[in-house]
Amino acid sequence: MDLTTFLIQCLNAVQYGLLLFLLASGLTLIFGIMGVINLAHGSFYMLGAYLAFSLAPLFGQQFLVMLMCGALLSFVFGYLLEWAFFSYLYQRDHLQQVLMTYALILVFEELRSLLVGNDVHGVQAPAWLTGTIPLGERMTYPTYRLFASAACIVIAVGLYFVVNRTRLGMMVRAGASNRDMVRGLGIDITRLYRIVFAAGVALAALAGMIAAPLSSVYPGMGGSVLIICFVVVVIGGIGSITGALIASLMVGFVDTFGKVFFAELSGIGIYLLMAIILIWRPEGLAKRGA
Amino acid sequence: MSDGATADAGTVLLQATGLTRRFGGLAAVNAVSIELRRGEVHAVIGTNGAGKSTLVNMLSGELAPSDGTIRLAGTDITKWSQPKRARAGIGRSYQRTNIFNEFSVFENARLSAQAAHQRVWALWQGARTCNRSGPVADAAIEAVGLGRHAAGPAGNLSHGGKRQLEIAMCLATRPQVLLLDEPLAGMGAEETERMLGLLDALKADHAVLLVEHDMDAVFRIADRITVMVNGEVIATDVPEQIRVDPAVRVAYLGEDD
Amino acid sequence: MAETRAPTRVLPIASGVPPAIAGGGSAGPRATDAAASPSGGPSLGATLVPIVGLALLAVVPFVAGEYLQDLVVKIVILAIFALSLELLAGTTGLVSLGHAAFLGIGAYTAVLAAPKTGAGSVVVLLLLSMASAAVYALFVGALSLRTRGVYFIMVTLAFAQMAYFIFHDTKIGGGSDGIYLNVKPVVDGLLDLKDRNAFYGFALGALAATYGLLAVLLRSRFGHALAGIRVNEQRMRAAGFRTYGYKLAAFVLAGALAGLAGFLIAVRDGFVNPEMLAWQESGTVLLMLILGGLGHLRGAVLGAIVFTLLKELYASEGLVGPLLAGHWQLTLGLTIIAFVATMPKGLIGLPAQLRRKPRAVEIADDE
Repeated sequence: MDLTTFLIQCLNAVQYGLLLFLLASGLTLIFGIMGVINLAHGSFYMLGAYLAFSLAPLFGQQFLVMLMCGALLSFVFGYLLEWAFFSYLYQRDHLQQVLMTYALILVFEELRSLLVGNDVHGVQAPAWLTGTIPLGERMTYPTYRLFASAACIVIAVGLYFVVNRTRLGMMVRAGASNRDMVRGLGIDITRLYRIVFAAGVALAALAGMIAAPLSSVYPGMGGSVLIICFVVVVIGGIGSITGALIASLMVGFVDTFGKVFFAELSGIGIYLLMAIILIWRPEGLAKRGA
Repeated sequence: MSDGATADAGTVLLQATGLTRRFGGLAAVNAVSIELRRGEVHAVIGTNGAGKSTLVNMLSGELAPSDGTIRLAGTDITKWSQPKRARAGIGRSYQRTNIFNEFSVFENARLSAQAAHQRVWALWQGARTCNRSGPVADAAIEAVGLGRHAAGPAGNLSHGGKRQLEIAMCLATRPQVLLLDEPLAGMGAEETERMLGLLDALKADHAVLLVEHDMDAVFRIADRITVMVNGEVIATDVPEQIRVDPAVRVAYLGEDD
Repeated sequence: MAETRAPTRVLPIASGVPPAIAGGGSAGPRATDAAASPSGGPSLGATLVPIVGLALLAVVPFVAGEYLQDLVVKIVILAIFALSLELLAGTTGLVSLGHAAFLGIGAYTAVLAAPKTGAGSVVVLLLLSMASAAVYALFVGALSLRTRGVYFIMVTLAFAQMAYFIFHDTKIGGGSDGIYLNVKPVVDGLLDLKDRNAFYGFALGALAATYGLLAVLLRSRFGHALAGIRVNEQRMRAAGFRTYGYKLAAFVLAGALAGLAGFLIAVRDGFVNPEMLAWQESGTVLLMLILGGLGHLRGAVLGAIVFTLLKELYASEGLVGPLLAGHWQLTLGLTIIAFVATMPKGLIGLPAQLRRKPRAVEIADDE
């Protein structure tokens, strides 16, 4: 493998990893703070992809505006969903949460089938993002992939800023380590959970929207990405956003280079990675508390 | 096993030296040494946050020490897991009731007793009629005074009853060393009397570590008392000496929290 | 690894215990042990119902038509699958979301190990199926049992997906197309599983054997220990049980029994494909358990029955109309949500839930 190909694969790995990070950060937030395991998280990703498919014709070149619009819509959807459904799951045991969210996947898939049909779709990137950009002297790289990585980085930085530098983020971090204390301090924990959940949904949907021009939009796309997301959270440690970032990038690299070197077995590469991490550090990479 | 000690001190069964446990920058327990002898009730007292529960957790094997060693009858067990220590003869009861609520009182004790006699391969034999764990469980339940309640669900016991069951489950594993974490908490006067009588009967053949807040009970039953403050031992002596120890008086009466 | 024990071990009822306490007989409390205990307790219902059920099932080939018999066989095999997970999730409290992997591996082994021409031996193929499923269960269990709670759920799901990809992407199985079993296996001279009734009898026998084995297991010391691990693992460790070993044993056994169900599916259909290992199948079997009622062997079987009938119902145009029948997953999903929300103890637990005896004492919180 020559240097150019290697660099291109590295960029691909980073791009894939960053998209995974968006998805996983939402999942790990929801789990870390509310303690709910959510199988339907992949459906939110699918929601984003189908949103992109539906909104792209309306927004034309205004891709960024479309992203923000879609994020807002997903946020509202997540807010309502938490109120209507997820808030009832907090007190239930894991098995019930698994089954309820599994049932939710079935419902979402069928609703999608009823509303948009079962066809496979493609989403066109806007004109100003198509084509390739030269990197250095010998290499060109698809513009959209660079955009995807850049968008994810911007969102990740925004997430870091909110979680670590704002009052909301402080409440979120406090809620993660001690729910009752936060309630005792008079903070409206119900509203807090709702916001966190909605944010998680928006992050997943954003990932789906950004990814839509790169992969096709098809039924069941939520399922496969969900499991990879779980692998990321297991490796990175539940509740840890930093852990999710490191783990996402690791998975991105293993998956991308796995496809290059071990075509047939590439699908199992990330699971082997997870197995190795489990042997070495069952709690995940980021230690949580003492 | 040699017994080079004096006539009124029994064999040292459990010996911890320099036990330390750090959480981040804070040392919850700092260089604590303690000896548990057969025939002795060794009480550990101290203010809240003194590190008593952390100490017990390190002795039982639930928490790994950051430093220090633990020896059971001479063998270094510092790295041993809790189940291994339990099978070797270290039993404990919990400060916060830690029983099998769903099962009957009898099954609670019987299951604990089964640990010494697991017989996994004998699948055709029913557990409830096991002729080894059954009698041991019955005896333990009788000893703590729960005989009348043996058939009912453990979850239905009163708070005091559940504390008694805690002890019974500890006894059912037939340990040589008993680590009792606040066994008297929440017990009424009559139950406390029975428990003290039981401890008195037990100590002849066992080494007992007793973490307690009930000072009357401690001074009645303990043969030796260790006082902990802020994770460190400030005194270890017989009760009469502890009563008049100036450092102890300061800790309890001076800077009381 | 010599364990240290002092030579003297005296039972801690020495002198000093007031006679009033030491008086009770030891036979009494145990004989009337009516309190909740590990599943498979001695109640009349628990022993009669399975026997009656078995008798009814045995009669089916003689009275029912082809469609009905096929439906019953489907339920019987799913019941075995559900029972295998009951051991893991219901008894031991290990919620695995990757159990379909072991079913699939058992099924694929049955086909891959079968001779290209001529009939294979039932005994050999069955044992190989169960063994291969058990081996993968050993690998998955050894690693996933190092985790707890939600991690465990996610890890088991991931390892099942790994198995899915192995069959889907590589040439081991025929890729996403699956592979065919050319000739159904026989027991020389005695049994040809190609015969519909013979297969029915065999499947029913397998169900009876699985149920019986699990019933015996659950009342044994091993079974009681598993239940103890479910209720309070920390206490089990404090008493001296190596809980990891117990959990791993349960995991492997559950995997082997799932392999048995897989073998039966492969023989019944003459065909296997990677979708058998899909995570949706793992979700489905968990669903059966909660439908029927977790913690009871009867619940697993009941759950398999109810789930299969519901699915048939929701997918039949004649009963729900073409629109809903085409989107039966929607009705199924909504049913599941309603069910889990209102009947968390499943159908077996319904009578108790309806009676609604308030608990005298609050149960201590476990998490």
